[in-house]
Formats: sequence, C-alpha cells, structure tokens
Amino acid sequence: MTDTQKCKEYFPDATGGASGCAVKLHGRDVNVFYDDKQVLFDVNLAIGEKMVTALIGPSGCGKSTFLRCFNRMNETISSCRVAGRVELDGFNVRDIDVVELRARVGMVFQKPNPFPKSIYENVAYGPRIHGLAGTSAELDDIVTSSLERAGLLEEVHNRMNELGTGLSGGQQQRLCIARAIAVNPEVILMDEPCSALDPIATARIEELIDDLCQNYTIVIVTHSMQQAARVSQRTVFFNLGKLVEEGDTTQIFTNPHDKQTQDYITGRFG
Amino acid sequence: MTSVAFLAVFIWAFIGYYSARARALYLVGGVVRDLNSLPRYYGFFVALCILLPGFLFFFLWKSLSSFFLEKRILFFFSDRISDFSSLEVNAFLRNVPGFSDRIQSAGRGPISEKTDLLFDASVLYAHDQWLCNIALVFLTFLVCFLCFMRALHLVTPCMRARARVESFIWWVLACSSAVAVLTSIGILMSLLVQAFRFFSIVPVHEFLFGLHWSPQLSMRPDQFAGSGTFGAVPLFVGTALITVIAMCIATPIGLMSAIYLSDYASLGFRAWAKPVLEILSGIPTVVYGFFAALTVAPLIRYYGELLGLGVAAESALAAGLVMGIMIIPFVSSLSDDVICAVPQSLRDGSAALGATKTETVIKVILPAAFSGIVNALLLAVGRAVGETMIVVMAAGLAPNLTLNPLDVVTTVTVQIMALLSGDQEFDNPGTLAAFALSLVLFFVTFILNLTALRVVRKYRERYD
Ligand SMILES: Nc1ncnc2c1ncn2[C@@H]1O[C@H](COP(=O)(O)OP(=O)(O)O)[C@@H](O)[C@H]1O
Ligand SMILES: [Mg+2]
Repeated sequence: MTDTQKCKEYFPDATGGASGCAVKLHGRDVNVFYDDKQVLFDVNLAIGEKMVTALIGPSGCGKSTFLRCFNRMNETISSCRVAGRVELDGFNVRDIDVVELRARVGMVFQKPNPFPKSIYENVAYGPRIHGLAGTSAELDDIVTSSLERAGLLEEVHNRMNELGTGLSGGQQQRLCIARAIAVNPEVILMDEPCSALDPIATARIEELIDDLCQNYTIVIVTHSMQQAARVSQRTVFFNLGKLVEEGDTTQIFTNPHDKQTQDYITGRFG
Repeated sequence: MTSVAFLAVFIWAFIGYYSARARALYLVGGVVRDLNSLPRYYGFFVALCILLPGFLFFFLWKSLSSFFLEKRILFFFSDRISDFSSLEVNAFLRNVPGFSDRIQSAGRGPISEKTDLLFDASVLYAHDQWLCNIALVFLTFLVCFLCFMRALHLVTPCMRARARVESFIWWVLACSSAVAVLTSIGILMSLLVQAFRFFSIVPVHEFLFGLHWSPQLSMRPDQFAGSGTFGAVPLFVGTALITVIAMCIATPIGLMSAIYLSDYASLGFRAWAKPVLEILSGIPTVVYGFFAALTVAPLIRYYGELLGLGVAAESALAAGLVMGIMIIPFVSSLSDDVICAVPQSLRDGSAALGATKTETVIKVILPAAFSGIVNALLLAVGRAVGETMIVVMAAGLAPNLTLNPLDVVTTVTVQIMALLSGDQEFDNPGTLAAFALSLVLFFVTFILNLTALRVVRKYRERYD
C-alpha cells in the first residue's frame, strides 16, 4: 500500500514538472546527534517521486548525514543517533527491514568504491544477495541491463571479467551506479558523486542522472551550484544543520527568498 | 684510564658541535640565510669529523697495543718459554692479563717475594699496559684536537654541510643493513659447509628419502654411518603432522577472532582485547610446553582410553593442539591488521546494497584481505615448523614414521636440539646431521616466506 499525497500540499510553490507528483521520501522533525553533538535540527522535507532533488550547503552542514537517514546508513556509525520520523512511501523506515530498505533505496558514494572483484561480479553482487535472479542467464540479463542503463555497457562489454578497480574514476562511479541500479531500487541517494571526477566524467554522470530520473527518485548532494542547477528540479539549501530554504531549482537560483541562500548561491558566503 | 680517552672523544665532539655552529654564524654575521645549511648541520658535521676518527683511533690503538704487549712478553721471556708447546704458550698468554689485574687490585705489597714466570710477565704486562693507556689518552686527545682544527677550518658559509651529514647518515644506515644481510649469508654459508661435510659421509638421497632415523647407532665405531640410520623422512612427517594439527586449530579460531575483533566487536572491547592478544603471543613457548606436557597430554590420554584408543603418554595431538593455541594470537593479530586495512568505503558500499554484516565479511572483506590472510597463515606455518620446546615436552623424541596423531613423533627442530646437546666430537656424523637438518629447515622457512612475500606483492594493488 502506498500512501500518496499530492505534492501541491507539500510543494505549494511547485511549478512545471514538479507538480502533480507523489511524495516518495519524507523527513519529519529529523534531529541527528553524533554523541552529544547535534548536527541536524528539526529538518522537515518532502521529496517528490521520480524527480531529482539537490541538497546544497556549505560543507559540514549535515547534508550527508541527512541523506544517510533515508537508508539508515547512519546506523553503521556507532556514535550516531537519529530522532524524528523518516518515511518511505509513508512508512517509517525504522519499521522496514533494513535489508529490504536498502534494496529499495540505493546509494552512490562520494569516492567511487567498486569491490576488488570483476566488473561483472560488482554488478551481480546486489542481485545475488537479494536472490533476484533464478538462473545465471537472468543474472546476466540484470547485469547487462544495469550496465546499459548506467551507460557503461559499451565500454566494458568485452572485459566483464576484469577488475572493477582497474577502471577509470568516472567509469568506476558509473559502475557503482550500475551496482545500485541492479537491485532495482526506487530511490537512489548520491553523495557528491562527481566530486572525485574530472569535468568530462562529471558531464557523463549528469547526463546519466537526467536519464535515470525517468524511473528513479534521485536525491543528490552536491557542492557545485552549477550541477544542482543543471540536474535537479528541486533544490534544498542547508546551513549549520538547519534546512534554510527549499523550492524549485529555478526559483532558488533566480529568486531565493532567504538572505542566507542568496549569499550562498552568489558565492558571498561566510 | 681508557674511559678518560673515551670521554675525551665525546667532549671534543661536543666542543666541536658548538664551535662549528658559532663559527658558521660568525662568518655570515648572524644572517642564517647566507649559510648553505642551517647552523646545526655545521655542528653535526664537525662533531662527526671528531667522533669517527677519534673512535677509530681508540679501537685501533686498543687492538694493536694488546698485540704488541703480547709480542713484547714473548720476546722478553723467550728464553724461559723456549721449551713450551704452542698450546702452553697460548694458555700462558691468556693468563697474564688476568693475573696482572689481580696483582694490581691486591696492592704492591706481597709481590716481591714471588719470582715465577707468570708473575714476572704480569708485572711487565701491567707496566707496559699502563704506559699504553697513558699514551692512548694523550694521543686520542691529540687526534681529536687535530680533527677539530681541521674540520673547523672547513666550515665556510658555502660548505654543503647538510648534504655531507645526509651522506654520512646514508652510510651508517647502509652499513647496518649490510651487517644484517651479511650475518644471514654467513650463517647460511656455515650451514652449507657443515651440511656438505655431512653429505660426504651420508648420501643426500639416503638423508632425504630414508625411512629410518636413529643417529645414536652411528656413535658405535663398528656401525659408523650404517645404512638407513640417517633417513630423515620420519622427522619430516612428524613435523608436517604436528604443523597440520596446529594449523587446523589456529586457522579457524585465529581467523574468526580476527573477524570478530575487526568487524563485530565494540570499539571498547577491541581496545583492550587486541593488546591482550598481542601479549599472549609473547608468552615463552616453554610455558606452553609444560602446559602441553602436564595438562593436555594426560587429558588426551584419559579421553583416548575412555574411547578404547591406545594413546601414548606423549602424542603428536597434544603437541599440535598446544602449538595451535600458541599461534592463534599470531594468526589473529596479523589477520586483524589486514582485515582492518580493507577500506571502510567497501564495507559501506556493501551495506548500502542491503548486505548483512556476515555477507559483507564473506563476500567482500575476506576476498579483499585474502592475500594478507594467506601471508599471515604462511608465517604461522613457519613458526609452527620452527617450534621446538612444545614438541620436546609434549611429543617426545621417538622418530616414528606414522600419521597417527595419537602416537609419539618427533620433529626436525627437536632432533637438531637432541643432536647438539650432547658432548660429542664435532665431526661425528650425528653432530653434522644437525646442520643438514638445519639446512632443510632453512630452505622450508625460506620458501614459505618467499611465497608469502609474492602473494602479498601480487595482490597488493587490488585496492588503494
Ligand atoms: N562519524 C561522525 N562522527 C562525528 N561527527 C560527525 C561524523 N560524521 C559527520 N560528523 C559531523 O557532522 C556534521 C555534518 O557532517 P556531514 O553530514 O558529513 O556534512 P556535509 O556532508 O554537509 O559536509 C559535521 O560537523 C561533522 O563534523
Ligand atoms: Mg558530505
């Protein structure tokens, strides 16, 4: 059962493509602490389905931490405590089995982190764990189609057995995206996916994000304002652990309501 | 007296350091920027220029003077020792220095009554030595002073003092590593020489493939190197048997505790468990040995008899078990290091795909750490093969050719020890056999370590 709320309710200022869609992820009064240090303060944010939402803000403001709330990766950090409610399709993520949750909410990290295995094994890893393929032919299909959708197939189809760690940085990152896609997620979280890549590799990933948002809900953390403007429909600005402003990307970049946002996007920050 | 000379070198080096620093600064009027190197490098340079020749002279003088002192005694008393054999002359020369020490500490009083040879020689020796030492102090002082003057003269603003000190340090380091390498080569050479002497008595194939080991028999003159006496196969099999048992214990337990420590245990537990494990690996093996002999062996015997099995009082199983326990900390500590070296980003990547901790460990971490783990296991095998005390105490000395872990067996190291611990003629084949065994042991451990090194090198670049 899916609890769909019309996005008008949450995105009163939404225009164009953003309107008329359902809420996929929802953080309500999210407070996060590392030991006794609070790093997120009462964050409320709804994220629309099948669109790209960019989280921007100065480093250390808690973007990554907020992103990790959605797939409960904060639980792998022993000092981290999350209070408040985080929802996927209206269900509290804490009530969803973590294995299932992470199959539905994939993640791509800042530094490409392919496993020291073959390209094929890297992509097959998730489907194997979740038992998505009955036969090896099915697995082959999943691997090829994931690589295809990640725009990597052409470059690697004749060297599927070579080490994934032997690819270039940009290819490694697309391999990680293919790896995430292979388990057929609904949401893909990306934490500064291009910060370790050169401009050409970055452009390829951005194109890829454009394609992927047809089928997936994408939340991307980025420190590049241009990137946020290029790839996202919605933009959220964080500062010092607080959500300062959210809105349509065009509105945030052309007509920010908040003084802090304006300072940040015009580079006059801090 | 000698220590005064020693001290003089240090004091001169000290003076040299500060004078050179001051001189360097003085020459440029205190502007450090105009110097080629920082002032302290000029100091180091001059100090080294004093220390090296100073000590070199010191040790040369010491060794040369003792040589000439002996020659002088031989010359002086040549008529009185003319009927000595060369052994007697050597013994006489060895006794003189000690005797002269005793005379000096006893005071000069009662000396004049004695007139025998040793006494006379000692008096002469003491006198000469005294002269030598006085000369040593003065000359060392002089040498240091000359070096000091010469080196200080070399200090100019454009002198490349830092480069010179660096190259000196290069030499010191290179010499130390040369010492390490050359000693190993020397040991190997002496092993080879003795082993070849052994193989000239006992053929190589008989040693490597013979099934019967009883070196004691050959000590009877009529059975000198009788056929089949030095067949080392029982020892190799015994060593292998005990090693296999030990590894069967140490591999799973060591690995699993390493995995627990690195990926499951809380930080607090890890913080004290890891050092404790490392301390465990420092327990002397004799302690494990009597644990094996007094506790484990009787237990095995008891339970074996309950099951109706004939168990020897000392058994391969007891030694292997205890040896396994001994190398658990070794295995777990080394594998823990390599498992922790697997980047956290791989763990995160796997967890983010929905893998459980166990799946992550089995499918990502262990394969990534594979080479390091193999390396740890090979090193552990090397330790097990070389271990002596536990086997002596728990497995016995009987060279049985058997694969039954409940029997008494013996190992290569234990036999080496047994062969060398008696009072035997050095060219007895029994004694020489120890060298041949050591050679085999050397090659086995050498190959193990080489393989370990290659495994590590082959897989090192798999992640950064
Ligand atoms: N594992 C951690 N332990 C303690 N503090 C952390 C940890 N990770 C992040 N923080 C702190 O939380 C704050 C937010 O971090 P993060 O979410 O990584 O910021 P961003 O991604 O926006 O740069 C920072 O002040 C950082 O120091
Ligand atoms: Mg971050």
